[in-house]
Formats: sequence, C-alpha cells, structure tokens
Amino acid sequence: MSRPEAHTATGAPAVERVTLRPPRLPSWSVAALAVGSLALGIAIGLIGGFESRVQWGLIAAVVFVATTFWLSAAIEGRRFATDRMAAILVWACFIVAVLPLASLLWETVARGLPGVDWYFLTHSMNGVLSWQDGGGIYHAILGTVQQVLLASLIALPLGLLTAVYLVEYGRGRLAKAITFFVDVMTGIPSIVAGLFILSLWIMMLDFGYSGFAGAMALAILMMPIVVRSTEEMLKLVPNELREASLAMGVPKWRTILKVVLPTAIGGITTGVMLALARIAGETAPIILLVFGNNMINGNAFEGAQSSLPLYIYEQWGYGTEAAYDRAWAAALVLIAFVMILNLAARGIARWKAPKTGR
Amino acid sequence: MPSHTKSTARLGDRVFSNLSKGSGIALLAIMAAIAVFLAIRAVVAIRANEGNFLTTFAWDANADPPYFGIAVLLFGTVVSSVIAMVLAVPVAVGIALFISHYAPRRLAAGIGYVVDLLAAVPSIIYGLWGALYLVPQLTGLYEWLDQFFGWTGVFAYDGTPARSLMTVGILLAIMILPIITSVTREVFLQTPKANQEAALALGATRWEVVRMTVLPFGRSGVISASMLGLGRALGETMAVATVLSPSFLINASLLESGGGTFAQNIASQFKEAGSMGRDALIASGLVLFLLTLLVNGAARLIIARRKEYSGANA
Amino acid sequence: MAKRIDVQGLTAYYGSHKAIEGITLQVEPRSVTAFIGPSGCGKSTFLRTLNRMHEVTPGGRVEGRVLLDEEDLYGPGVDPVSVRRTVGMVFQRPNPFPTMSIYDNVAAGLKLNGIKYRKSELDDIVEKNLRGANLWNEVKDRLNKPGSGLSGGQQQRLCIARATAVEPEVLLMDEPCSALDPISTLAIEDLIDKMKAQFTIVIVTHNMQQAARVSDRTAFFNLSAIGEPGRLIEVDGTEKIFSNPSVQATEDYISGRFG
Repeated sequence: MSRPEAHTATGAPAVERVTLRPPRLPSWSVAALAVGSLALGIAIGLIGGFESRVQWGLIAAVVFVATTFWLSAAIEGRRFATDRMAAILVWACFIVAVLPLASLLWETVARGLPGVDWYFLTHSMNGVLSWQDGGGIYHAILGTVQQVLLASLIALPLGLLTAVYLVEYGRGRLAKAITFFVDVMTGIPSIVAGLFILSLWIMMLDFGYSGFAGAMALAILMMPIVVRSTEEMLKLVPNELREASLAMGVPKWRTILKVVLPTAIGGITTGVMLALARIAGETAPIILLVFGNNMINGNAFEGAQSSLPLYIYEQWGYGTEAAYDRAWAAALVLIAFVMILNLAARGIARWKAPKTGR
Repeated sequence: MPSHTKSTARLGDRVFSNLSKGSGIALLAIMAAIAVFLAIRAVVAIRANEGNFLTTFAWDANADPPYFGIAVLLFGTVVSSVIAMVLAVPVAVGIALFISHYAPRRLAAGIGYVVDLLAAVPSIIYGLWGALYLVPQLTGLYEWLDQFFGWTGVFAYDGTPARSLMTVGILLAIMILPIITSVTREVFLQTPKANQEAALALGATRWEVVRMTVLPFGRSGVISASMLGLGRALGETMAVATVLSPSFLINASLLESGGGTFAQNIASQFKEAGSMGRDALIASGLVLFLLTLLVNGAARLIIARRKEYSGANA
Repeated sequence: MAKRIDVQGLTAYYGSHKAIEGITLQVEPRSVTAFIGPSGCGKSTFLRTLNRMHEVTPGGRVEGRVLLDEEDLYGPGVDPVSVRRTVGMVFQRPNPFPTMSIYDNVAAGLKLNGIKYRKSELDDIVEKNLRGANLWNEVKDRLNKPGSGLSGGQQQRLCIARATAVEPEVLLMDEPCSALDPISTLAIEDLIDKMKAQFTIVIVTHNMQQAARVSDRTAFFNLSAIGEPGRLIEVDGTEKIFSNPSVQATEDYISGRFG
C-alpha cells in the first residue's frame, strides 16, 4: 500500500486542529437578544400601527431568530449556530403547543366552575327549557356510569382472556391474525362502532335505543385497549416464575390464574382504568344508540338514556347562554372524571411497579 | 401423581385454554361482523341510490328516490386530516425532542405526564372549546391570510364565522398533538444511550447528536405515530360536528365554511334520517371504516419492519 | 499530536454522591496507561472525566483540574464539545451507529467539522483509519453495508477507527474488550500496541493480564468501603506494579486475595 505523503502517521492536513476554547457567545447574550428583539417588535408594532399583539410577538420572534443565528454564525461558526437554531425551534414547538392546550383547560375550568354545584350534580333536565337557567346532569352521570360499567362487563372478560391466549397459548396463524386485528380494531372510529351496533341491534334485531346498545359499542372500543395493555403487562412477567410454578406440578391454567395474573395485576388495572377513561368520553356511538333523554332513566336495558358527553353536545346544540353554561359545567365534570381515572391509574402503575420487576 | 388429579388438571387446562382461544376468535368474529353488517346495509342504500355514490355532490338520502354521494365527505375528511397532519407532526416531533433531549429533567418528567393526560381529554370537550373559543380567535388570522394569500383562492376569506375545513384541521391538529407526541417521545427515549454517547465522544453538539442518532433511530416510530394520529383525525366526529358549518359543496377556499366529513355527516344527519337515510349513512361509514383500516394497516406494517430492523442490531 | 495529561486533585460527583476523590496523576504522551481496580472503584468514572463525558450523566459534576498540555479542560470558556473532539473515547460495548454504513460510521466524526471534504479525501481518510484499526481487509468489499452486521470484535475495531478518524490527541478506552471473545481481544491488544506510536492511550480494564500485556504504566484504584468514594492507590511502571508494588493493597488485589 502506497499512501500519499500527507497521510502518514504524523501529519494529516485534512483535519483541522481543534482549540479547546472556541469563541462562544456569553450566556447572557441570548437573554439580551430576546429582550432586545421584544423591544424592537413592540417598537415596530407601535410605529407601524399594527393592532394585533400576536403580530408584535411574531415580529419579535423573527428578529430574535435572525439576529441569534447571524451573531452565532459570525462568532461561533455554523455548527453552533445550527445547534442554537435547533434548540430555539424545539422550545418554540413546545410553546406553540402549550398555548392552545392550556387555553382549553383554562376555558373549561373558568367557564365551567360557576355552574358546578350540588344542585347541578343531583338534578336532571326534566322540564327545563333550553333558554332557562337551572337543571343538572344527574341523569347524564347515571347514564355514563351505567353504560361504562356494562361496557366493561362485556369487554373485560373477552379482552383479558384474549390477552392470556396471545401471551400464554397463542402460536401460529390464529395468534398472528388476532394480534393484527386487535391493532386494526384500536383504530376503528367510534362512530363506525356505533353504526355497526345500530345496523345489528336496532335495525336488524329491532331493539330500541338503550344504554345497553351504547354499552355494546363502547365495549368494541374498549376491548382492543384492554387486550393490548394486558398483553404488554403479561409479557413483562418473567418466564422463570412460570417455569418455577410448572416445575412444582401446578397445571398451566392454575399457574396463569395464581401466578401470572396476580404478578401483573397492577399494570392490568392501570390499562383497564385508562380504557375506562377513554370510553367514558365517547360521544358518537351514544348519539346513534342511546339517543338522549332529559329525564332520569335508571334502566339501561330499556329506553333512551343520556350520558355526560352527549349532554354536552346537546347543550351546545341549543345555542343559548344558559345551555352554554351547562355545557361548560358538564365539560368540567367530565374532564375531572376522566382525569381522576387517569391519575388513579398512573398512581396504581407507580405503586405496583416494583412487583413487575421494572 | 394420582391419576384423578392429573385428569382434572388436564380438564382444567383444556377448559381454560379453549375459553381464552374462544375469546380471541370472538374478537375476530366481531371484526368480521362489523364489515359484514355495514356492507349489507351499504348495499341496500347504494342499490336504491339515484345519484352516483362516489361523485354526487348531494345528500338527499331521505328523498324518494334517494340521491346522495360521498365526494364532498371524502374531500373534507382527507383535506382536514391532511391539514391536521401538516400542522401537528412537526410540532409533535419538536415537543417530543423537547421532552426527551432539551428540557431540564424535572420539567421534562412533568410535561410528559401532562401530555399523557391531555391525550385523554374527550373529543367533545375539544369540540366545545373549538366552537366557542377557537372559532372567534381565528377570524383575525384568516383576514391576514386573505390579505396576503387571498389571490390563490385557497386562502380567500369572506369574513363569516371561521367554521371551515381549515378550522377543523387546526382543531384536529391540537387534538392529535398529545397522542403523536406521546408515542414519538417514547421512541426517542429508547434511542440507545451507547450511540448517543458515541456521537458525543466524537465532539457532536446536542443537535448533531439528535440528527445522527435520535432522528434516524426514531424515524419509523414518528411515521407510525403520525399514522395513529391520522387514523384519529379521519374518524373524529364530535370536534368536527361542533366546529364545521357543513354544506354539500366543495369550496375552493379552505377558510370559508362548507364541506363535511364522514363522521361529522353521520352525527349531524342521524336524528333526521329515516330508514333509507340510515342505510346511506352506514354506507358512508363503511367507506370511513375502510379508509381507517388502510391507514392503520400501513402503520402496522411500518412498525413490524421497525421491529425486524431493531432486532438485527440488538 | 498526542498530549500529556496532568490531573490535579480531581473529585467527581453523581448528584450528592461522591464517586471518586482527590485523584492526582500524570499520563505521558505516546504511552499506554492502564487503570485497574475492583468494580465500583470509580476507574470508569475517572476515565469519563478526562473528556468531560462524566457531566453528560444527569447530576454529574467535577472539582479539580485536568490539564491537557497545560490547558485546563474544566477552565472557564472551555467548550466540552471541543474537549471531546480532542480526547476521543472507545466504549465498553461496541456502539457503531446502527443506521449508518461502515463507511459512514468512520466518516461520522469528520462530517461534524463543518468542513466539506472531497469524496477522494474522505475515501482516503476512511481507508487509512480502517487500516489503522486492522479492519480494512475484512470490510473493504462491503463498506456500504451497515456496521451492525459485523461481528462484535469487528464492530469494536470499527468504533476505534471512528474515534481515530477525527485525529484526537488522546484516546480513552473503557474496558474495550470486556464484551469480546479471546481472539478479538488479542486483535484489539495488538492494535493498542500499534496505536501508541500516535496517541496517548488510557485504558480501563478488569483483566490484569491485559493490563500487564498492553500498558507501560498502571494505576490501581480502590475504595475503602461500599458507598465510599474511589481513590487512586498508586501509579507506577507496569512491571513494578505487577512485580513489586509499594502498597500492600495493590499486591493483595493483583495476587487475587480480594476484588
């Protein structure tokens, strides 16, 4: 091998020598640039007579990005300028996303809180006209709770057993097909699940609207979530536990019931609660199958019911101030309900985490 | 071991394994039933339809004879979802990077938690917020767009309330942001530490570490997360039904009201629909079902390929 | 190239936990220095303070001075990114970039310079460093295949080529052979012997025969109890450490009486 002279061990001109102290912008310079840009943005906004504060902010942002990049590229070099740009962009993404999401939570709390009181929680809308104040969500809470519980009665056994099959028994094409279709099922739009029950239960079998019909659609939406999360948790159970139990002569089904499931119970509970939170907020299938009702109907198997999300939709649809107030108040109750379920689920996950060996 | 315990053990095993297998098969049966039952009703509706199911710009399914087509719905669904993806995916990737590689550690953990919670906010609440808060906020932006880009036609704006496909797209983007962020962040966090340290040890800046290791590693994860978000956007009902002011015309401008989506149309028309009207809505639901199947199937394929790939260098 | 390292009173922390304390030691240019000691004695932590990789770990911070030819790596205005360009590192487990080809792995560091290389220049540098890592003949026909397709030993030599391509002054190796089989280990040891003509090399190893085979000087680290910070016990010529160490603890460790 004959290498050119330049590439012998001692000298390699292609690589530049590195100094340990490259010129860097002092740490206060970014803050200074930000303040300066903001001032410039306001100044331009005032002089140019732009009314919208958003425009001022945008001008300031453009000035900030441009000057930072220019200054950094001039002093620190392209690599560090790009690095700074990337950091600014990432922070910008975060801020851009926080604004609407924070506004959503803020609006719901601020507009909903005045309407939530004991009367609101314990009365139905029976006899309350859309433009009148008063009325409540008792009938809707009752409906939501019944529908969600019925849905989990259907979805939990099927979902848990399917997950057990996939992890403990499933081999070959059937297991592969089930895995694939569970994934596909996760993506079914809720309104499609509603249409299915509509065509089967109401149009073909000729039953009427009921909480139970809605619960069946919700169960379809819940099942794949339960299967997926349970499957993940069962896979985390170490094989040594199963083998230890089998080696003692315990039959496989008892091993699963007494060893595998109890080990994973924390994670499974978390998954189930997240699934419950998800279906509790579903509106579309409820519109098609439960229909809505202003009165208290405690029988989920007979006659139209209400539910919290449907109630919000209906009140929004009336378009009066009183109805909007009720919609926001109900939205706050629904968010609180879903958040409590979520927080509890994550609490359980954290509390039980060591047992699953993570 | 005595023979009777052995046989009960066998019986127990058989019962339990068949029970669990049966559940799995039931799940497959439900999926099949969804397709079959929707198809049955859809065929009834399409047979009776006087219009062209694919190209007619109208929805008079309750008329006699019924006259309806999904052209407007397909257009509206695809356009609003595409707007949502274009807006949400880059921002979601940015936030995911923020949480995984840029934010101070304590802040990152908190934000990750909040993002997961936001992913659980029911869509009707996004809808309520979108209709009562977001719509009035957007008129200013739309007027500005009209001033500078109105000549394109796509951004023409007539000053009516902003209940348009663009608004729907923006709201859908906000809705699917948490879920895309959440999945993407998980993937980014799984980037092997060894590779990131290797990049650092070569003298890479933080962005160079991200570009050399995190983004290539997470690319397929970002794609599948986006598909997941797309699936949600396509099938979203309430947020669209509350925000959009629908019509059965395709408006050249994205900023002016009009158009519709599959899910929104079903929710809005259902209460007035007669027997044939319902069949027609189910027919449109079948198309939506197939559309989401397509998107989700593609996402699964990408994830499966990623698994093979990461297995190769494990 | 190849600089002298002069560590003065170095203490490193993980959060509030003190991992190593009060280490003072010199590393001569163009020599191989081995760090030995029981698990948890902080020798890897110490190695990572020499190119400021320690502070990448959350909570990691350092007190004291590390002079590289008179320049303090922890001095004000010193940029850690530049430090890592100057002091390269090879890790315990081979970690080629999985999404890059063999060629791109070697060229990865060069592409960070911001300098545009001509294709032929880049080809030459890649070939030179793969030859330097005794890997050229094995991979020259598949330079565009992913680096993750190589065997463990080949991957580690690829990582060495990647580290040398940016022409560091110092090369740190953190147990580079612990994940490799004996034959690959031998190949790496040969490589170290060859590379010391060009670089200052510091190697952490669990394998005392390896330390005896490859190093000119050996430093022995120990900790008085679990949870206590690791300390440097003694550093001397390798032959002296292995035949006649001046501290009893060193002799106990080397003769296998503990650790």
